[in-house]
Amino acid sequence: MSEGTSKPSSGRLTAIAPIIIVLLLVAVFAKRLIDVQDGLDPNQVKSVLLDTPVPDIDLPPLPERGPGLATENLKGEVTLVNIWGSWCVACLSEHPLLMEVAAENTIPLHGIAWRDEPQASLRWLARNGDPFDLIGQDPFSEAAIAFGVTGAPETFVVDSAGVIRYKHVGPITMTDWTETIAPLVEQLRQ
Amino acid sequence: MKIYAALSAVTLAVLVATTSYAVEPDEMLADPALEERARIISQDLKCVVCQNETIDESNASLAQDMRRLVRQRVLAGDSNQAVLDYMVDRYGDFVLLRPRVTGQTVLLWFGPFALLLLGGLIVARYIRRPSITTVQALTPEELAEVEALTKDSNTRNDS
Amino acid sequence: MNPEIGHYALALALPVALVQAFVPLIGATRRDAALMAVAGPAALLQMLLIGTAFAALTQAFIASDFSVMNVYQNSHTAKPLLYKISGVWGNHEGSLLLWVAILAVFGAAVAAFGAALPDRLKARALAVQGMIGAGFLAFILFTSNPFLRVDPTPAQGLGLNPLLQDPGLAFHPPMLYLGYVGFSMAFSFAVAALLEGRVDAAWARWVRPWTLAAWSFLTVGIGLGSWWAYYELGWGGWWFWDPVENASFIPWLTGTALLHSAIVVEKREALKSWTILLAIITFSLSLLGTFLVRSGILTSVHAFASDPTRGVFVLVLLAIAVGGSLTLYAIKAPKLEPGGLFSPLSRESGLLLNNLFLATAAATVLLGTLYPLIAEALELGTLSVGAPYFNTVFVPLMVPLVLLMGIGPMMAWKRSDLAGVLGRLKGALVGVVVVFGIALALSGVDIIDIAGSAGIALAAWLFFASLTEWAGRVRLFKSSPADLWKRVSSLPRASHGMTIAHLGMAVLIVGVSGSSAWKQENILTMGAGETVTVAGFDVTFDGAELIRGPNYESVQGTFSATRGGGKAVTLKPERRVYDQPVQQTTEAAIHTTFWADLYIVLGDGPADTGRYVVRAYFEPFVPFLWYGILMMGFGGLVSLSDRRHRIGAPRKAAAIAEPIKA
Repeated sequence: MSEGTSKPSSGRLTAIAPIIIVLLLVAVFAKRLIDVQDGLDPNQVKSVLLDTPVPDIDLPPLPERGPGLATENLKGEVTLVNIWGSWCVACLSEHPLLMEVAAENTIPLHGIAWRDEPQASLRWLARNGDPFDLIGQDPFSEAAIAFGVTGAPETFVVDSAGVIRYKHVGPITMTDWTETIAPLVEQLRQ
Repeated sequence: MKIYAALSAVTLAVLVATTSYAVEPDEMLADPALEERARIISQDLKCVVCQNETIDESNASLAQDMRRLVRQRVLAGDSNQAVLDYMVDRYGDFVLLRPRVTGQTVLLWFGPFALLLLGGLIVARYIRRPSITTVQALTPEELAEVEALTKDSNTRNDS
Repeated sequence: MNPEIGHYALALALPVALVQAFVPLIGATRRDAALMAVAGPAALLQMLLIGTAFAALTQAFIASDFSVMNVYQNSHTAKPLLYKISGVWGNHEGSLLLWVAILAVFGAAVAAFGAALPDRLKARALAVQGMIGAGFLAFILFTSNPFLRVDPTPAQGLGLNPLLQDPGLAFHPPMLYLGYVGFSMAFSFAVAALLEGRVDAAWARWVRPWTLAAWSFLTVGIGLGSWWAYYELGWGGWWFWDPVENASFIPWLTGTALLHSAIVVEKREALKSWTILLAIITFSLSLLGTFLVRSGILTSVHAFASDPTRGVFVLVLLAIAVGGSLTLYAIKAPKLEPGGLFSPLSRESGLLLNNLFLATAAATVLLGTLYPLIAEALELGTLSVGAPYFNTVFVPLMVPLVLLMGIGPMMAWKRSDLAGVLGRLKGALVGVVVVFGIALALSGVDIIDIAGSAGIALAAWLFFASLTEWAGRVRLFKSSPADLWKRVSSLPRASHGMTIAHLGMAVLIVGVSGSSAWKQENILTMGAGETVTVAGFDVTFDGAELIRGPNYESVQGTFSATRGGGKAVTLKPERRVYDQPVQQTTEAAIHTTFWADLYIVLGDGPADTGRYVVRAYFEPFVPFLWYGILMMGFGGLVSLSDRRHRIGAPRKAAAIAEPIKA
């Protein structure tokens, strides 16, 4: 038998294809690396709930602490909703900032006590200060799942029509507040 | 292997005080058929705070609550698809471990079979290489040569 | 030994690797024997230096020298010796050091035992090994140095993650790396052959043993990891399609393809450029597997920052190694002589189809693993790809492959007679039908029963067909016992190896199908004295007590299980809390019969009630997974011991090998 001698141009194409695929993959990896370095957490998702009405919730209050938190409390003016828990270490780090926001008393700040013993929540607030207007208990994550929460703390900005306009994952830093959240609140008020 | 997933589960266990281990007896539905459906649904849902774990096997608290919610929806009469849609409405496609077939996942779902087809074509072309050379008619000299060669090899094989 | 000596040796190894990388290469181009001869001693010196570094780090771990940062972060005086040693590679820096150490040993092996190799091929292959070594050494020295010191010296170490303090996981990484690094030899030979512009049967004979060894180690390595996940993580599952698992499985798939295509090059000098490509791809995927998990690209654990310089370094290394070799391939491959011709019905075609399915399967797993990244890069949104996807797509690709595995080995080279082959497999087909019937009769007629039985029938097909092929070769039923023995012992070891590995695959499929279809699970709370029935086992909870281990405290439950009034066996699952770091682990208790496992996990109990959450699983055919993997690994080693591999290939390309005829 003779050796096949024809060299179709497709041979060259198949020889080049692998390197092209690899270059594309390298580009994808490079983009990912840059994203990760820019602080994007691969596990973090953009909320699909942005620009949709807040979910229906009707959470009971902490014992002896005013009313709970329901959907109608999130309508009529721009509000902040913060998901926290006494077990949440990261929540402590944003707490001073929340206290400052509360002291300024310019925007209602509501809390959802997520998966927490009511007494533990109250003790934690007594020790660290209580910045919240209304607090609802969410022992079984019903509200947390409805809000698409993936961890604590998370903070939502809700406009006066009761539509979610922003979601912040993780503790809010001073920079986050002055550069992103406060201007957004200002803008939504107009 | 699963080290990293396990490690992250451990991290979460520390983060989210109480630990449980996958499906707990008190979560389970009394009706075995409904419970079975809940298990099947849970195996398609990603634990959103974990690595690549389903909520069915995760020991994160949020996964536990999502399992509970799945069972509530199943009890309320939702179809499997409705329960999945309910979760997607809140967490997006991210929560599905079996991505839906959409424009974004065409490549994912059909890529492998397209590749198999393409590879099959290349293989077929490669195997059929001889036809490229044999289709050309042989010159009389070549014919004579072939004849001589085959005769030669025949005698050798006979020996 | 002083850690500084190790550090110094490691730093010295880098320039040596650079010399090994470039001097022989220049020598090969200029046909300068003296320059080429540098390769051998350089490789041996490299082994010596990296060996010294590895020994120094191991010594630091054994002696609990916490002035070394790496030891401080990953060890503890109270840890058993085995885990002090395995702690060396139980962390990022140390595992990289193990990686280059194995690379250096393999390079030295080529230098020492490769006397029969053509000089230029050997010089070039060692040069490529030197480049890989240099890349890794630079990565270690500049971003992941295991010899950094802490000052002042801490009194105690932070300890090793208890999940890693386990015999299965102690040997899992070395096995994996032996596999990955073994593929680096195939890669180096491939690049050397491209530089040479020549691929022949002799080349394939040099590459095959390395590939076989690498494949066997990787098979066992993946098996160990799976086994560990099965008994340690307490889910009763053995494969999760986790990115980290996939990272080792993808090179296994392409490595398996390489193993088979190299046979075609060896016997028929066909599929040359494809085999070269597979060798490059397999090692590239090994690199990808080694790195994906370290770079923070894929499995960045929630709330942990990874070192960005590492990620960049990794990507540059990958781009150079893979991009460089594939560019060379794009230039040189079209110039390789096309190989021998064969008919669509031939052994070659069978092996080519094997490669098609394996390569597609590898591409599929890669696609699924990377798709979330790709989708994000293309701004298609955030999505997840998990086990349900892989199971759906992977199984249809494997079924035809396994069907083919039964037929392929019986096909003759060049041109074969399919009708004749199928005729010889009639007996096997009858066996398949019988097995399918028995499986259905024993299980039931639900969809899941039919699927499980079909999986078992598929395994039976492969099993019987492989036996038929082997029986035909040794004329099992046609010779006298003495004659038979002569035939069995004169059959090449490679043939025996293939049969064992294929039978192992059949056994593995029984495990996969059976455990997926018929796993049973019982989750409940139990108090002392209560009994639960799982798949015919009466499992009684006798109580739980607090016990103290060498570096942990544990709640240990005692269960006794009987079946059909037989003798009771005792199972003692534990829930451990380790001292340092403080961490909880689950130790499942497993009672193994030949066919199945009874698997019990002890959970937390409602406080102060004396009751515990108990998970009792019946895991049918799971032991078959481990039998199958061991058989496959063993088959690889038997094949490796073939005389042809031991005496080395002749320098000249052998003429087209005749099919083996009796």
